[in-house]
Amino acid sequence: MKADPRGVLTGEHFIDGDHACCEGALAAGARFAAGYPITPSTEIVERFAARVPTVGGTFIQMEDELAASITLQGAVWGGAKAFTVTSGPGFSLMMEHVGYAAMTETPCVFVDVQRGGPSTGLPTLPAQADMMQARWGSHGDYAIIALCPNSPQECFDLTIKAFNLAEEFRTPVMFMMDEVVGHMTEKVVIPPADRIEIIPRKYTQKPAEEFLPYKGNGAMVPEMARTGEGYKFHVTGLTHDERGYPNMTPQIQDKLVRRLQNKIQFAADRITLCEEENLSDADVVVVSYGITSRVAQRAIDQARERGLRVGKLRLITAWPFPQERIRELAGRVKAFIVPELNLGQMALEVERAALGKAETYPLTHAGGGVHNPEDILRAIVEARR
Amino acid sequence: MSAELSVSVSNEDLGNPVEPFLRSDRMPHIWCPGCGIGTTVNSFARALIESKIDLKSVALVSGIGCTGRVAGYVALDSFHTTHGRAIPFATGLKLANPKLNVVVYSGDGDLSAIGGNHLIHAARRNIDLKVICVNNLIYAMTGGQTAPTTPDHATTSTNPYGTFEPAFNLPHLVEAAGAVYVARWTTFHARQLSRAIGEAFQKKGFSFIEVISPCPTLYQRRNRLGDGLETMKYYKAMSKVRTGAPTSEVGLTMNGEIIVGKFVDRNRADYQTMMRAQYASSLGEKFVELEAVCS
Amino acid sequence: MCGGSVTKGKVSIVVERCKSCGFCIEFCPSHVLAFSSAFNAKGYHVPHVVHPENCSGCDLCGMYCPDFAIYGKKNAQGEKQ
Repeated sequence: MKADPRGVLTGEHFIDGDHACCEGALAAGARFAAGYPITPSTEIVERFAARVPTVGGTFIQMEDELAASITLQGAVWGGAKAFTVTSGPGFSLMMEHVGYAAMTETPCVFVDVQRGGPSTGLPTLPAQADMMQARWGSHGDYAIIALCPNSPQECFDLTIKAFNLAEEFRTPVMFMMDEVVGHMTEKVVIPPADRIEIIPRKYTQKPAEEFLPYKGNGAMVPEMARTGEGYKFHVTGLTHDERGYPNMTPQIQDKLVRRLQNKIQFAADRITLCEEENLSDADVVVVSYGITSRVAQRAIDQARERGLRVGKLRLITAWPFPQERIRELAGRVKAFIVPELNLGQMALEVERAALGKAETYPLTHAGGGVHNPEDILRAIVEARR
Repeated sequence: MSAELSVSVSNEDLGNPVEPFLRSDRMPHIWCPGCGIGTTVNSFARALIESKIDLKSVALVSGIGCTGRVAGYVALDSFHTTHGRAIPFATGLKLANPKLNVVVYSGDGDLSAIGGNHLIHAARRNIDLKVICVNNLIYAMTGGQTAPTTPDHATTSTNPYGTFEPAFNLPHLVEAAGAVYVARWTTFHARQLSRAIGEAFQKKGFSFIEVISPCPTLYQRRNRLGDGLETMKYYKAMSKVRTGAPTSEVGLTMNGEIIVGKFVDRNRADYQTMMRAQYASSLGEKFVELEAVCS
Repeated sequence: MCGGSVTKGKVSIVVERCKSCGFCIEFCPSHVLAFSSAFNAKGYHVPHVVHPENCSGCDLCGMYCPDFAIYGKKNAQGEKQ
């Protein structure tokens, strides 16, 4: 279906990534946000708070991130598309509710504008050190989807995608921005509403007597029922059977947790997005994402100018990780260089997927700034030796 | 009807007026013999019957713990959320779909310890929620640890030599935070409790009903206070109805009087009314009302 | 509430739900119930009706029963009396 035009600010704008993310959420149909102020993410909900009463919706500033991350899920079950926005310390507090959303299959979006950590760390400065937390942050087994925009335009476009993926797979989606992308101002083009594709919530057509709230129906993603229509459904974070009732046997646990994992892993090819350049002749590939991909671009361009055969692979989805693509490239390139604003997180995935067929060189940075392109260029030169 | 006949009434006999409110396929429930939570559910179900409220419109939200299991036993749209977070979940549910009658049904530990911050803020905001707090004075599901409500020097598994922390007086707390309706009853006062729940459904805003309830397995046994029945007799003997009592005077002790009754019944605009008024006055015609169900 | 003037009623017991707390027996205003010596499948002594003639159908037993295992109903015949 097409976007509701009331939420779409069609036109050309000169706005930062945080504001673009807000506009993406509104265009995607988000009509509810619960938040708690935290630098460098707050501008997203500040804009939402100003905009949403003019399109019909609600913003509430909660007492903490624990509350925000579950209030939004109440709103989802109340019928809204909903999200919350935070940064490192708040993201840590929200982890239990990422797990609750995964377990109860509540479609929603968590935006994390990454800053330096651990703990309070660098409130106003960038990092990309929450990538593994996005994947593994809540206890227990589940799969997750995480997107990594590298420009304000992508903050708009991919936020819409995040909401669509959340609905399609009934899963929390992590929107992994970073401080630089969040505060970078660029041109953002917002298309007309009828050019924006929206995935609506899949509500069941079955009558209450025939409806099993957690039966996958072949596609592994169950349909939802609307609260207030007499379905008398039950939602619990406990291990539950297809009726949604607590059932804590190893058999039911196995069936449920594998479905939660598989509904995303089996669709990984369809979900995974990469931006690729010059891979056909490359013997070294720079794998990067978010703001680092823009720094890496300069190094790659300089290397190409020198005639070095360097390819680019930008992760647009960090999770699911494009392991098949990396594995395939590992068979024909010498090395991967993985610059990121952390001490080596996605590099671990690259190394895992490469199966030892190509070298993986993490190019670490503890955050607070971005890489010097010269360092990436040097790594490219060294990796080719 | 002979005595033998009455004992042999079959399980299929589901003529109990609460039966339509239960997920009968989940009975018997997990609560211990003499636990009062089931009794509070009777009062709740009867309040729904008597208030003639459209059951489709009622959503029940629980946190974690013994009382948290209520959500799994009632035949309503029901949500068993995370520990302490029933109120914020209910807040989202209500704000996104104001037509729903949202009930929060949870225990004292869940609502006033791990969820204490949400309790006071929801009362302050006057979110239109009906909160039923079953207070058994202890953490029961996890094995009898000290709760913020554990009175006097009661012994618990984490205060084996007696508690020494002062306890919360919950009616006083929520009144101070802004609740529009505050009452306390015990499980002995099943009919009064039912009426109180009915009254809360008539109120718009944050209503809080505390129900003092036995935990014979952990609180009463560890403190040599007898079983569930002994506790019910204590409630009968020692409860004093004091409607409008100053909530500062209704704190609980281990063996003393239990002041029960309706303490607070006042009117104050609820969150959504205030929100709409603010937007309407600031935005004028630009303000767009929330659609009850989006997407 | 008790005595000959009350409307007659009937109490029903769902035996397998009972956990023998005794609330219904203790608080029945007309003393209709007592513990039986019989056990249910979980080993609880279940109440039984010892004074059916006294039951008013007030359902206080049902209000108190934490296990949804007993309830009283007004008897249509009794109302005619």
